[in-house]
Amino acid sequence: MTPSGYFLDHVWLVPLFPLFTAALMLLAGRRLRNGAVSALCVGSVAASFVFAAGAVLQLVAADPAQRVKQMILFAWVPAGPMHTAAGRLVDFVADWGVLLDPLSSVMVLVVTGVGLLIHIYSIGYMGHEGGYYRFFGYMNLFMFSMLTLVLANNLLLLFVGWEGVGLCSYLLIGFYFLRRSAADAGKKAFIVNRVGDTGFLLGVFLLVATLGTVRFTSAGLPVPSAYSGIAQALAAGIESHALAAGAPVLTAIALLLFVGATGKSAQLPLYVWLPDAMEGPTPVSALIHAATMVTAGVYMVARMNALYQLAPLALEVVAVVGAATAIFAATLGLAQNDIKRVLAYSTISQLGYMFLALGVGAFAAGIFHLMTHAFFKALLFLGSGSVIHAVSGEQDMRKMGALWSRIPTTAKTFLIAALAIAGIPPLAGFVSKDEILGKAFEHSPLLWLVGFVTAGLTAFYMFRLVNMTFFGTSRVDPEAARHIHESPRSMTMPLVILAALSVIGGWIGWPVALGGVNRFERFLEPVTRGATPETAAEGVAHHTMAGGYALMAVSVGIALAGIWLAYAFYIRRRELPGRVAASWPRLYRLLYRKYYVDEVYDAMFVNRTKDLGTALGAFDAGVVDGLGVDGAGWLTRATSRLSIWWDTWIVDGLVNVVGRAVRALSYPVRWVQTGVVSSYALFIVLGIVLGIVLLGYRLH
Amino acid sequence: MIPIGHYLFLSLALFIIGVIGVLTRRNVIIILMSIELILNAVNINLVAFARLFGDVAGQVFAIFIITDAAAEAAVGLGIIIAFFRNRETVLSDEMDMLKW
Amino acid sequence: MHLLDKALFYVFAGVAVISAVLVVTRRNAVHSAIFLITALLATAGIFLQLQAEFLFIVQVILYAGGIMVLFVFVIMLVNLDVALRQVQFNRQKWVAGIVVLALAAQLGLVIWTAGRIPGAGPGPNAAASPAPAPQLQPNAEMVARSLFGPYVLPLEIASVLLLVAMIGAVVMAKRKV
Repeated sequence: MTPSGYFLDHVWLVPLFPLFTAALMLLAGRRLRNGAVSALCVGSVAASFVFAAGAVLQLVAADPAQRVKQMILFAWVPAGPMHTAAGRLVDFVADWGVLLDPLSSVMVLVVTGVGLLIHIYSIGYMGHEGGYYRFFGYMNLFMFSMLTLVLANNLLLLFVGWEGVGLCSYLLIGFYFLRRSAADAGKKAFIVNRVGDTGFLLGVFLLVATLGTVRFTSAGLPVPSAYSGIAQALAAGIESHALAAGAPVLTAIALLLFVGATGKSAQLPLYVWLPDAMEGPTPVSALIHAATMVTAGVYMVARMNALYQLAPLALEVVAVVGAATAIFAATLGLAQNDIKRVLAYSTISQLGYMFLALGVGAFAAGIFHLMTHAFFKALLFLGSGSVIHAVSGEQDMRKMGALWSRIPTTAKTFLIAALAIAGIPPLAGFVSKDEILGKAFEHSPLLWLVGFVTAGLTAFYMFRLVNMTFFGTSRVDPEAARHIHESPRSMTMPLVILAALSVIGGWIGWPVALGGVNRFERFLEPVTRGATPETAAEGVAHHTMAGGYALMAVSVGIALAGIWLAYAFYIRRRELPGRVAASWPRLYRLLYRKYYVDEVYDAMFVNRTKDLGTALGAFDAGVVDGLGVDGAGWLTRATSRLSIWWDTWIVDGLVNVVGRAVRALSYPVRWVQTGVVSSYALFIVLGIVLGIVLLGYRLH
Repeated sequence: MIPIGHYLFLSLALFIIGVIGVLTRRNVIIILMSIELILNAVNINLVAFARLFGDVAGQVFAIFIITDAAAEAAVGLGIIIAFFRNRETVLSDEMDMLKW
Repeated sequence: MHLLDKALFYVFAGVAVISAVLVVTRRNAVHSAIFLITALLATAGIFLQLQAEFLFIVQVILYAGGIMVLFVFVIMLVNLDVALRQVQFNRQKWVAGIVVLALAAQLGLVIWTAGRIPGAGPGPNAAASPAPAPQLQPNAEMVARSLFGPYVLPLEIASVLLLVAMIGAVVMAKRKV
């Protein structure tokens, strides 16, 4: 008996509100006043949030075992017979439908909630910019794509949303398209995503060939359907021994799908687009590159946890990549001077944490961190936007400082977010990060160590940022210093709300070890259970270990150490950073230049692709144009010359020959016409003579 | 009686002389006169045969020829006069306006 | 009496031929005209000998008296003096001579061989008439009967022809048409 209710039955409307306003902006946005644009676009996101919240409440009201609602809107790829790779005949169908279960509930609330706050913020932030309607149109289109992605009931529809957010990311990063660097950054994001998407698609194809279905699960359909979902197909495969845990094909699918996640969620090696994506307006960085789009990869892996749990090798890879990315990006955050760049690397690093969580089997923890990270990272970005707004567009931290008293609301909320990300209890970041570190330790102490060090680095670079921006002496440009002002209410209100969420957001998953109930994990349990009873057993939390307290204490300790170090370097003895950089110039330069990764990629891939383009262009100009077009032209001219020759010499020649022959023949003949009568008489007589001769012959 | 052959040879002689005159002389008046000679030769021929066969038709034919000769001489001389007025010449060699 | 016949024939024939030759060869056109007259008169004599009296008269009056007078008028009208000094025979005389010789040979051959070929008509040696009629037929009457009998149509046409020639000659010789 599937749950139902007004909002639940109409949850499919949630992506459509922003789609409608996006279309409206496309068609008529230019003619609308800014106020109308704001009302429409923010209003549609608000409507989505209301419906989403209502739907989730109605879902939660149902029995925990039945918290799945799946609705098929229409059959996109109609049902038809298909042979799987194993030779089974299945009915393949891909429909356009929505799936609302605990996992997608979390996602949809995060997306619509944080999205709504960021839209409200944008009213103030983008108020003076040109292209206001275009911005909100793109933002709403993004909301539609992201919501399609999280509410999709099958992998193909998820991919539609996946591509849509990629497109909107391109459009929004390159929003200031007249700036070369912005246009390039947009292209970079899209192309790098594309590389990841190739792997993703290959994974989807392999999955379809193996399992014969793309639907996640067949649970929650109003009418029991004969078409099973991925979860059921995996279970059936295990039971019938057609598939085994750790089977190569499952590992292959899992790894290929993860390649896509690498691209979308900016992990090694496809993270290079995220720092450059800071070219876009700050609300874009907040929404897309902190809270939502980059989390799509995490969501996808979590959604496919049934598959991943049957491919332990893939999970290992996920964990290792996540951990490596986390520490790698954290080191880069140490040396950047652009406030948004630091936050970008921080995002990459935190995403690494999420993948680390997924990789060690703690799917709920990963999603939990996704949620808390959305709160404080969005807050950090919006706050940085507020700071940049206050110092008249300056983004270099070396030109900021001592802003605490000048922009108090921004500063206070920013500090809360920084504490959260550093992992100071009882803020949200502490709870989620600690959950991850705990599960990581159970799985592999080495991975825990990487995460541990990263936590320290995170605290350090975060408070480096805070100190350089808000404390210390003012290094602000005097001209800009005169105009420092707090942002308007429309911008500070979301900051405050997000700050509140950063504080209390973690309490929903308060660990059992500290006396909590960890509702969050229990809420997600039906989804993260996995495909088979064996893997389900492994998912049972081991969080009652005593060692858990020690771990918590240690991680809080290193966070505090990081904060203290940042204080020392950037407040007490400000000459220290310079001295350290001077002592190890090569190391500093390596960090500052981001390990030269971009340069390596340029040489290896980008320039090679450009060379291919040049070569193909030369081929086109030389061979295709040369042979085909010019060749056709040459052929035509040659043929016409041949034709001319023929016409001049042969055809005309014949005509002329005839004429000349006639003239040659007639030239002597005309001399008969002497004009003298006597000669004519002579001819008469001559004729008579000949006539008589002839007559003689005839008579004889 | 005189054999018909004599008259025929006489006629032939006059005829040939007339033809020579037509073909050879430059003065068109002489040419016309030669044509008269030819006609006369023919007349002799006709009358001779009329006498041979006792049929007077030959003589009648000869009368017609004389009539025709007269008409022709008149018109021809008229042409010569007209031409002479234009070109001041009676020599057939100089009358070659229809030359090629 | 046919000796007289023969003599007359040869006299007239000789005069005719010699006159004809002289007609064709004289430089002076008037001389040619005179000799043509004599040729015509000789021919008239031949006619008389052939017992064509009417034709004899017509020849003398019409031809010698009419046509030749016309010739002489025109010769006078045309400037003789210039013509006297010019070349008389044209350039084709040799070729013409050869051709005419051929013609003469052919015709001579025809006349000569006429009697020897069966059905080709009477030979040259056929007598002029089988036997003289008991009474001389009145020649003019016979011609008149023939002319206004079977040959009246040609007669009328001939008169039209003369009319036409008259008009033509008048038009030709006018100064201004």
